[in-house]
Amino acid sequence: MLAALLAVGVLVAVVVAVVRHGISKLNLDLFTQTPAGIFEPGGGLANAMAGSIVLVGVATAMALPVGVLIAIFLTELAPKVVAQPIQTALDVMNGLPSIIIGIFIYGVLVAGHQQSALAGSCALAIIALPLIARSTQEVLRLVPNSLREAGLALGSARWRVIVGVILPTCVGGILTGTTLAIARIAGETAPLLFTSSLVTDKVVWNPLQAVQSLPLAIFELSESADPADNARAWAAGTVLLGAVLILSLASKWAQARTRRKLGR
Amino acid sequence: MSSAASTTLAPGRRLGSRIGDLLLYGITGAAAIGAVALLVAIAIKVIDGSRLAYDKFGLGFVTDQVWDPVKNQFGALAFIYGTAITSFFTLLIATPLAVAIALYLTELAPRGARDIIGSLVEMLAAVPSVILGLWGILVLGPIVADHIEPFLHRWLGFLPLFQGSPSNSGYLPAVIVLTIMVVPIVASVSRELFLSVPPEMKEGAYALGMTRWEVVRGVILPHAGPGIAAAVILGLGRAIGEAIAVTQVIGNIVQIKTSLFAEGVTLGSQIAAQYQGATSNLQISALIYLGAIMLVFSLIVNVIAQLIVRRFDLQRAGGVQ
Repeated sequence: MLAALLAVGVLVAVVVAVVRHGISKLNLDLFTQTPAGIFEPGGGLANAMAGSIVLVGVATAMALPVGVLIAIFLTELAPKVVAQPIQTALDVMNGLPSIIIGIFIYGVLVAGHQQSALAGSCALAIIALPLIARSTQEVLRLVPNSLREAGLALGSARWRVIVGVILPTCVGGILTGTTLAIARIAGETAPLLFTSSLVTDKVVWNPLQAVQSLPLAIFELSESADPADNARAWAAGTVLLGAVLILSLASKWAQARTRRKLGR
Repeated sequence: MSSAASTTLAPGRRLGSRIGDLLLYGITGAAAIGAVALLVAIAIKVIDGSRLAYDKFGLGFVTDQVWDPVKNQFGALAFIYGTAITSFFTLLIATPLAVAIALYLTELAPRGARDIIGSLVEMLAAVPSVILGLWGILVLGPIVADHIEPFLHRWLGFLPLFQGSPSNSGYLPAVIVLTIMVVPIVASVSRELFLSVPPEMKEGAYALGMTRWEVVRGVILPHAGPGIAAAVILGLGRAIGEAIAVTQVIGNIVQIKTSLFAEGVTLGSQIAAQYQGATSNLQISALIYLGAIMLVFSLIVNVIAQLIVRRFDLQRAGGVQ
């Protein structure tokens, strides 16, 4: 009882601290202005927000289709002997420290070339991949077997049943799983350190250039000795925490609904 | 049977479905194999990146305490020590807390409160580590230095762990921040384990006149034991692998101190703190060497956890039959 209260208390304490420190700096400038110079007042973090959108968007576009394909293979097609080791590999990948994935992408895409949002997105996509695959598998397993059997009994080919019947019933579930994965990668800092951290203050939409991102901005501003920078870190933290909590709350709620609907 | 019917009805469709099936099998199979290949590639690339440092320092790197970029002398002992000590104390605090939360949520809490508190605890896991780190430096740090450390020093100061002068950053805040990250993971796995205890066993125990505590100790915990071990190991994986939040609160001074109040480093924190300022290829390679050590730890930890979970699942499946 006490332990549970303690955990809830810590959550509340963190959220309250972030919001309380951040809310005063939360204004339109934060979203529209680029950072002011050192020890100058004002300025915003538009570059970090644009960068985060690019990074997360590209990463999701890469991880979503691959994750769904893997899930279809594992639940619908593969024999158990094949599925088991692949499943283990995915679970292990899910447990890898995110900074290791950053080092990997650094070795493949950055060393000898240069940092880019694309490299950062690749790292985030590797983090999102096992999450999306796992949640899609769970939704696929909820699809009643009678639906598969009915499709096959009508003489439809297996691929038609999967693409035409099973996947459409799962779209909602897949999307909520993806939202959860987005909430996770939006807050990732470590892999970006290696792949998209040497940045300018300008707003960059080009994925081939390195972009600033909210978590990285918080990381850098939090270590600064200037209290104004710390205030900016709190403001950025409020935006990030708000986005992450809203995304995960929404998807948890949708997930519960899907489960009720399909479970029946 | 169905194929015979479709041959007579529509010979063209049968070929089409074959091709479609093969195509879907091929594409999805390739994606799945690709994921496995990716995991292998990650391991190879990280080990490959550490080659420069490995060639120069060999395995002695692991037992060498010096980290001097100016003299190009690098060793990993301080980081391994820091990772070990923070992970150990994190699990020491997090395990009983998480198990208590899970027990409360499955056995004691009123039904209405369960879901709410359960999802709040899960929300805690969703807080990005960089934000916990930010809170760690600016809010937790001063509290630790002004209240927690003097308190520990006053009552437990005879232990070398709690000696030295209090400071805002160091092992202790790192342990607290890691605990906050690990508790939700262990708690949510344990909760599922406790839910999986067959109700007949609990009811039987209650019927025999056991108290609630006796049921927890005699029925629920033994049933879930190996699973809790797996959950704790998963938490350990998280504690070993965390870089950002630890960097923010641990102080980043390369030294080995017994006191939890002292500033220190971990494998992850050193990589995160030094990568941008790395001056030579050798230094970057040495940092990646630290990453390789971390990778080995986390692979071992993960595989052990997977094995326990697998066995536990099989056992349970066997029990149901």
